[in-house]
Amino acid sequence: MRDAFIEQLTYLAEKDPKIILLTGDLGYGVLTNFAERFPDQYINVGVAEQNMSGLACGLALEGYKVYTYSIANFTTLRCLEQIRNDICYHNANVTLVSVGAGFSYGQLGVSHFATEDLAILRALPNMSVIAPSDPWEAQILINQMDKIEGPKYLRIDKGDGGSPVSPDDVILGEGRVIMDGSDITLISIGAILSESLKAAKLLLDNGINARVISLNSLKPIDKDIIFKAAKETAGIICIEEHVKIGGLTGAVAEILTTESIFPGFLKSISLPDEYPTIVGDQDFLRNYYGLCAENIVNNAKSLLKKY
Amino acid sequence: MFKHQDYGVKTNLLAARVRKHIVDMTHLGGSSHVGSGLSIADILSVLYGEIMMIDPKNPSHKDRDRFILSKGHAGACVYATLSELGFFDKEMLKGHYQNGSTLSGHVSHKGVPGVEFSTGSLGHGLSVAAGMAKAAKLKNEEHKIFAVLSDGECDEGSNWEAILFSSHHKLNNLVAIIDYNKIQSLDSTENTLALEPFADKFVAFGWNVLEVDGHNHDDLKKCFKNAVNEANKPTVLICHTTKGKGVSFMENSVLWHYRSPQGDEYNLAKKELQEKIDYLEEQYNA
Repeated sequence: MRDAFIEQLTYLAEKDPKIILLTGDLGYGVLTNFAERFPDQYINVGVAEQNMSGLACGLALEGYKVYTYSIANFTTLRCLEQIRNDICYHNANVTLVSVGAGFSYGQLGVSHFATEDLAILRALPNMSVIAPSDPWEAQILINQMDKIEGPKYLRIDKGDGGSPVSPDDVILGEGRVIMDGSDITLISIGAILSESLKAAKLLLDNGINARVISLNSLKPIDKDIIFKAAKETAGIICIEEHVKIGGLTGAVAEILTTESIFPGFLKSISLPDEYPTIVGDQDFLRNYYGLCAENIVNNAKSLLKKY
Repeated sequence: MFKHQDYGVKTNLLAARVRKHIVDMTHLGGSSHVGSGLSIADILSVLYGEIMMIDPKNPSHKDRDRFILSKGHAGACVYATLSELGFFDKEMLKGHYQNGSTLSGHVSHKGVPGVEFSTGSLGHGLSVAAGMAKAAKLKNEEHKIFAVLSDGECDEGSNWEAILFSSHHKLNNLVAIIDYNKIQSLDSTENTLALEPFADKFVAFGWNVLEVDGHNHDDLKKCFKNAVNEANKPTVLICHTTKGKGVSFMENSVLWHYRSPQGDEYNLAKKELQEKIDYLEEQYNA
């Protein structure tokens, strides 16, 4: 997905000299081609993310479309106040790009787990929060994001959601029904869709028709697709590579309860309110925390029995 | 786009009027930071009164010089200066700190013509100013970017990221101005987190460094004129200032970082400042 991002940004930058990419000294081998092709549209600002965010704001207020690039929490939490006071309050046209959603850098340790970002960034006024499921979807979303003014967060995953390519179905802020079904709904955001899809196929083998929804954006969020799922299926399971607090589950619960629409059940398959003390690759850590098809299937079966 | 017609050489009269507004505003609002505002009244009066290209009738004119108050807690000084120059009606100053007002204690651009950027948390303004300076370089635009920082604010590490960046990128269209009154929130700067040797730090970081009496208008003007377009370097103007300058009993006192002038203290401050205004008006009319 990282390569898809830079490929798309290269395409956009070629046509738009107002695009500037700032990196906090990361992107070895990824940004090289961009840097060589667009020397006036690329700055390695050094390992200084607070300054990078302030610079991005200053450049954006002077008419540039600025992308800040780094990994894990470095473009987000490290410089959160610059994002809040400078970028968001001034509604500056800056896209924060973080490579390494969830456990993408699972072996690197807790500093590199981006597992609270959705909740934190979602709380900022003016900020859009976007997490593509697949590289091909990321490219389409990046095109659409480029046309929108204001602060945006792009969460880039190492994984691949595995949804079939269907470009016409991708609209920023609108969820996609990847598999239709009427028994239960599985909603995910980002590349963890792959586990949701695997689970749906296993459920089908058990005679259960799961509706699989992939959201590309947590803010704005597609209310209608969630309301419909709550009304038309027995209940909802939210699957996210993120802590339970404030992310996908939180957003879905907020909009359902504040509209007084109550599904039969709302289950969260997400990370607990604790820091992992072990490392491992993305699949290992997903499995360790139950972010896997098997756990989704088990939950789906028992919830359908209960409600 | 012009340099202000009403003041020009009379920037000390502008400063005196700005000081009186600051005392009135902090009195009416019951607000803090009167000393911080008084400290930079001369710097802002020289910048807005003679140095910067501005247009009060068209605050977002593309050729304007950009000004960022990074020490946002001295916002009253910016509001007062802008109103004196006609960016908005002086009556609006009475809303400072009041319920429903846009004139917040820390400077905000929303609903206030002429404010370039909103601050309040320290250590933000210089990075944004550097971004604006880089943008001007990329676009070959001639305008300058001025950012006023407090001395205590230089404790913030983010400033030093911006200081590294600005010299590396040869942003000679950027002028950082330090209000070096040597008193920060709770104590002196040297007792808190020593800044000295302060000028040497900027020299080591590759900046053009000027030191000046931050209340001497002639010297400030000379420095500002020398500051811009220094070959391939950003400039820092270390302004030696007095916190609370202009009101005898507020000068050099930590107390007036927080205390709001009320009762006899307010009357006394007002009297001192009005006498200064009357004196200067008489001088200029003579």
